[in-house]
Amino acid sequence: MALYSDVVMDHFRNPRNVGVIEDANGIGEEGNAVCGDIMKIYLKINDDEIIEDVKFETFGCTSAIASSSMATEMIKGKPVSEALELSNKAVAEALQGLPENKMHCSVLAEEAIKKAIEDYQSRKNK
Amino acid sequence: MKIYADNAATTKMSKQAIDAMIPYMEEIYGNPSSLYEIGQKAKEALEEARERVAKVLNCQPREIIFTSGGSEADNQAINSAAKVGAMKGKKHIISTTFEHHAVLHTLKKLEKEGFEITLLDVHSNGLVDLKELEEAIRPDTALVTIMYANNEIGTVQPIREIGAICRAKGVTFHTDAVQAVAHIPVDVEADNIDMLSLSAHKFHGPKGVGVLYVKKGVPVFNLIEGGAQERGKRAGTENVPGIMGMAKALEDATNSLEKDTAHLLPLRDKLIAGLDAIPYSELNGDREHRLPATVNFCFEGIEGESLLMLLDDKGISASSGSACTSGSLDPSHVLLAIGRPHEVAHGSLRLSFDSNITEEEIDYIIESVNEVVTYLRNMSPFWRDLMTGKRPHVFSE
Ligand SMILES: Cc1ncc(COP(=O)(O)O)c(C=O)c1O
Repeated sequence: MALYSDVVMDHFRNPRNVGVIEDANGIGEEGNAVCGDIMKIYLKINDDEIIEDVKFETFGCTSAIASSSMATEMIKGKPVSEALELSNKAVAEALQGLPENKMHCSVLAEEAIKKAIEDYQSRKNK
Repeated sequence: MKIYADNAATTKMSKQAIDAMIPYMEEIYGNPSSLYEIGQKAKEALEEARERVAKVLNCQPREIIFTSGGSEADNQAINSAAKVGAMKGKKHIISTTFEHHAVLHTLKKLEKEGFEITLLDVHSNGLVDLKELEEAIRPDTALVTIMYANNEIGTVQPIREIGAICRAKGVTFHTDAVQAVAHIPVDVEADNIDMLSLSAHKFHGPKGVGVLYVKKGVPVFNLIEGGAQERGKRAGTENVPGIMGMAKALEDATNSLEKDTAHLLPLRDKLIAGLDAIPYSELNGDREHRLPATVNFCFEGIEGESLLMLLDDKGISASSGSACTSGSLDPSHVLLAIGRPHEVAHGSLRLSFDSNITEEEIDYIIESVNEVVTYLRNMSPFWRDLMTGKRPHVFSE
């Protein structure tokens, strides 16, 4: 059996939503270079609290890149309240599974999104 | 293009080595300990292979112990020398920080059993300092074990000088020569080696077979107890087909060593120059004292596993020392040993080829690595931070 599922490889080879949103109103970063993975999420949230656009940058392995790609797809066009519910398990399931020792990559995606939303909320409350 | 660039991990078997094995599976399959004809014929072949291997290493056939590979040879050499040392009250062993795990984990086990282990620094160039070795040797030093050539970065130690120092001080010297034998000239006599490990699958021979050379007069204990094979030093029915394949592969590689090296060196150096031209990249290990076909680089801002997967898509098989490929949380101990910080060690790439490599393939590798590194950097927030000055560079441009 291959190390990664076809869905992981597809999202790794053709990652969705790669890049930067210049006028993002929520940015979250998780992970660190010493551990070998960093994920950065950019959100553009509109007045109706809908995630209009999302982009990511990732330094990391195959599953880190695939997890970011899948997670951004799962929250794009969704209300912020729904994005906050996104679990790493759901990301891993949508990827048709991750190897046991790569599950932390999906956690990283969940955390980076949560941080970006927190950033949005703290900016809004200023 | 399909390029297998992971020959330091293992090699494709040569047709000649395969052909040398087949008769010992199909016809002369007897147990060398058996008295009837196909047993005795197998025994003859085995002893003839021992002579051929001994000739290549420049030693006596009786100094060759056939093993199941490099790991077993390393384990036997070190455990045996430790036991011999302990009997004389010597419980100190010297090695280096960047040995193969077959050596390091054996030393760790001995440390738990009360041995004192000194691991010599290999500095930023991946080389041992002879003066530091000399200073580390004590009256109670039982063994010095230093690898001939490193499997990850390819640096080659001054083994002859190391051997001379050990001999002058009367300390047993073992070298893990798994990456060296059949790739550079190795002569146990001239190199002052007491014990040496080698493994057939690193030079187009079969997997699961290797050699422990033990110089006459150096006592050796068993790792595997049982029958009286290998003059009682290694029990188990001999892997005759494997040994025949190994002897053939070793002879062939030795015979073409000069020609292969002349072909490989310019290509290796072209690859180094090509990858050096990528901004914020650096060669790992000394430029000169290295194997003719192993090149290892670190690239800032990217992670090695994704680099490997994208190279695989381009038909290139390589390896990396990133944590994601080592299966642990830390990147390669070898890269850390030469002082690479974690974040750079994650972005490493090892390319190791064989004598079939062509200049066209080297060009393709350089172009592909360039493309993939650029692509991954463009999506890396770490790279962005480096380029915007939010984080300091480790390498210069
Ligand atoms: C330097 C070194 N030592 C030991 C080994 C182990 O050899 P083997 O795979 O034959 O057990 C290897 C190869 O993996 C190696 O590169």
